[in-house]
Amino acid sequence: MGYTITEKILLSHAKGISEIAPGDFIRANVDICLGNDITSPIAIREFRQLGKKKVFNQKRVCLVPDYFLPAKDIQSANQAKLLKEFAAEFGITNYFELGQMGVEHALLPERGLVLPGDLMIGADSHTCTHGALGAFATGVGSTDLAYAMAFGECWLKVPETIQIRFTGKPRKWVGGKDLILHVIADIGVAGALYKTLEFTGNTIEMLSMDDRFSMCNMAVEAGAKNGIIAPDKETEKYVKAAVRKYKPARKAYKVISSDEDAVYSDVREYNVSKLEPVVAAPHLPSNGKSVSQLKDIEVDQVVIGSCTNGRISDLKQAAAVIKNKKVHSRTRLVVIPATQAIYLEAIKEGYAETFVRAGGVFCTPSCGPCLGGHMGILAKGEVAVATTNRNFVGRMGHPQSSVYLSNPAIAAASAIKGMIAHPADL
Amino acid sequence: MKFKGTVYKFGDDVNTDEIIPARYLNTSDPKELAKYCMEDADPEFVEKIKLGDIIVGGENFGCGSSREHAPISIKAAGISCVIAKSFARIFFRNAINIGLPIFTSPEAADNLEAGDIAEVDATRGEIKKAKREKTYRAETFPKFIKEIIRSGGLMAYAEKQK
Repeated sequence: MGYTITEKILLSHAKGISEIAPGDFIRANVDICLGNDITSPIAIREFRQLGKKKVFNQKRVCLVPDYFLPAKDIQSANQAKLLKEFAAEFGITNYFELGQMGVEHALLPERGLVLPGDLMIGADSHTCTHGALGAFATGVGSTDLAYAMAFGECWLKVPETIQIRFTGKPRKWVGGKDLILHVIADIGVAGALYKTLEFTGNTIEMLSMDDRFSMCNMAVEAGAKNGIIAPDKETEKYVKAAVRKYKPARKAYKVISSDEDAVYSDVREYNVSKLEPVVAAPHLPSNGKSVSQLKDIEVDQVVIGSCTNGRISDLKQAAAVIKNKKVHSRTRLVVIPATQAIYLEAIKEGYAETFVRAGGVFCTPSCGPCLGGHMGILAKGEVAVATTNRNFVGRMGHPQSSVYLSNPAIAAASAIKGMIAHPADL
Repeated sequence: MKFKGTVYKFGDDVNTDEIIPARYLNTSDPKELAKYCMEDADPEFVEKIKLGDIIVGGENFGCGSSREHAPISIKAAGISCVIAKSFARIFFRNAINIGLPIFTSPEAADNLEAGDIAEVDATRGEIKKAKREKTYRAETFPKFIKEIIRSGGLMAYAEKQK
């Protein structure tokens, strides 16, 4: 009986076992662990209570203060300072100060810090993003991060795997975001609870890494433990370029894929050749609708960014829709590139100018308003279209505000039209 | 270990933004987080509850972000335990890791109503309404998880391993 890619990675990192099956509890070695300015302060407090003099590996702990920097208030500044001091005291090389910092799930792959075949944990639910590299990556809590920083290991339950097989060529303006919103609308926010979502099929090879990151990013919105895509040429090209450019401490990686006779708890097929862009209506990511079902909804704010869709191809797509047009007078447009490198490239390619000339704002890399942090909080009754990943009650501000989730092209078109719109409507 | 308290009932997919909204995440102080527990699901929750009361949820309780602030705020608010039909996986491990007792029991979650007094025998994994005979079973934990729970959380468990 064969193994899935997830089972193979878990087995190769597990302690003291020679075979593995869904439901097993394992202790596994962690290749890389991650925390941010919300989750690390608790992890640091827990770590300090253990009285350890060293972290398990100074090069394998990543601290990214991406939520509230530039600090939005005194308390946030104090939290970020805890990370900085901890990194200095324990010699943590992958601490990213403002100026280097970016949205963690865009930054780490860009720097070549997560590699195919890795086992990664992050004290952030969207750590599943990194599965697009063919790594096992899952979100955990702060105490798990403290434990991993101390011992380099983590307890895990081996998940069952659902195979999601995509076939067909997606239409124009349809990308990874639409594919994953479509799946979540189908299986629900708990449709993959405790399980793996493994994305396969001939559509995958037509998708850029940015599209794949945005798909794996939202695996957690179906309750999944991880999302994963077996590495192909596109993955290796991306990883090799990152390693060449940033020269991370680890360079060797393993290309792993599922066996022919691997066991899946479910296999679901989706032909996406006729799929239209999907918009998730408030207040769950599973409320997927077509744009035409939502056409009369007026929009107060559009947010383009986040760990889901703040990468260069996302900004490129949005800029293509917005070029030579003006943002509607009732709408605010907030564009947030996910990292400094993306920010620079958006300037070089002229996307930043397109957004600003249209009447939008182009911000410094941050999680920003995605979770109601800063840089675009919604007032009572306001409506946003966002390329982010969650539209829960109060997620982006007032408990009586609402968020529609979409891909960058739909978000851009909605900013121009002042209501939810498809680029073809402009 | 046994718990007894008034039931506060919530529906399916209660998310961590409702349990502790991000506007309060500029601190990790449990006392501070306790003040806003469940605020976006029930704004008066903290005013109503007494020490030892019990939260009962539906499917996928605690879905959304990885913020450990969510189980911390519930624990620090004085809630003795959470019973649900199922838990979102990060909330599940966070609760275990910080020592907030949780019980998966679809039967109990269906039958307990808001305002009921519930009794929970954590050791036996049994839940019942006060003064009633009928008990509802909670899923038992595997041995490894039991050790973490018995230690009072993951870091206490780590101390014992030293």
